[in-house]
Amino acid sequence: MTGFYVAAVAVVVSVAFGLYRALTDGRIRGARRRDAGLRLGAEQLGQELGSSATFVQFSSAVCAPCRTASRLLTDVVKDAPAVAHIEVDAETRLDLVEQLNITRTPTVVLLDRHGVIRHRIVGAPRKPDLLGALHEVLTDTAA
Amino acid sequence: MSSPQPTSVPKPIDPRGPRFGAAITSVVLAVILILGPGLGALILLIIQTIAFGLGSVVGLAAQPYGLVYFRLVRPRLSPPSELEDPRPPRFAQTVGLIFALAGLIGLVAQLPVLFYIAVGFALVAALLNSVFNYCLGCELYLLGRRALGRPLARIVPANQS
Repeated sequence: MTGFYVAAVAVVVSVAFGLYRALTDGRIRGARRRDAGLRLGAEQLGQELGSSATFVQFSSAVCAPCRTASRLLTDVVKDAPAVAHIEVDAETRLDLVEQLNITRTPTVVLLDRHGVIRHRIVGAPRKPDLLGALHEVLTDTAA
Repeated sequence: MSSPQPTSVPKPIDPRGPRFGAAITSVVLAVILILGPGLGALILLIIQTIAFGLGSVVGLAAQPYGLVYFRLVRPRLSPPSELEDPRPPRFAQTVGLIFALAGLIGLVAQLPVLFYIAVGFALVAALLNSVFNYCLGCELYLLGRRALGRPLARIVPANQS
């Protein structure tokens, strides 16, 4: 009988966790308090920042949604020459992963033109959220 | 740095294969739990461990449930809309293998608590995978790397069939 209860608990836990993730994954978050003042530059990323904004995407080989996120971001920055998309292999850049306390892939951080972290998206991002966050950073920059 | 993939990217696979396999795995693990410690659970768990082991160590092409999908199910379906990198599902097989081995140790050493916890976690992972197409590697790999602070990459070799 114990095994039946363990199996039932496993089913409940998976459904609850799966639904929670489906609801919250990829939601845009403002910079958290520990991100305050954190900035990234070309010297850390090995690539020039965009002149108005930069999406920095942390990916890994064992991560299927990273491919989708990569395609999505490539598409988002395609028509915006002032916005850059930099993809970082989390495995080879554990230093950055530790510094930003990144726990899973994909994680996307949105930098403003000064390289300051403005938004964080953990999990597979959605296009409307990305565009919304980008718009916010861009309008802010223009002001 | 715009592309994180190593130079040798393994051949992409039909993503429905691993999900189909995870569904079978879920049923097998649930039956193992319900049977409880005993000969029946031992035999099923050995079979499941071998399945995980083949998928993890040899590659997804050798995973028995994947073979069932490829031989019997896929011919009846339309071609996949998108192909997927085999490394994420292979990592999931490795995680499953670790849980299954822990469960086996629990059975053999007569530690029922270990058996129930290990198989229970394996069932959660398999259900998340099959029902929600959940990416286990996305969550565990980086945490594991950060915790261990050394390369786990050799568990998931870059080149495979």
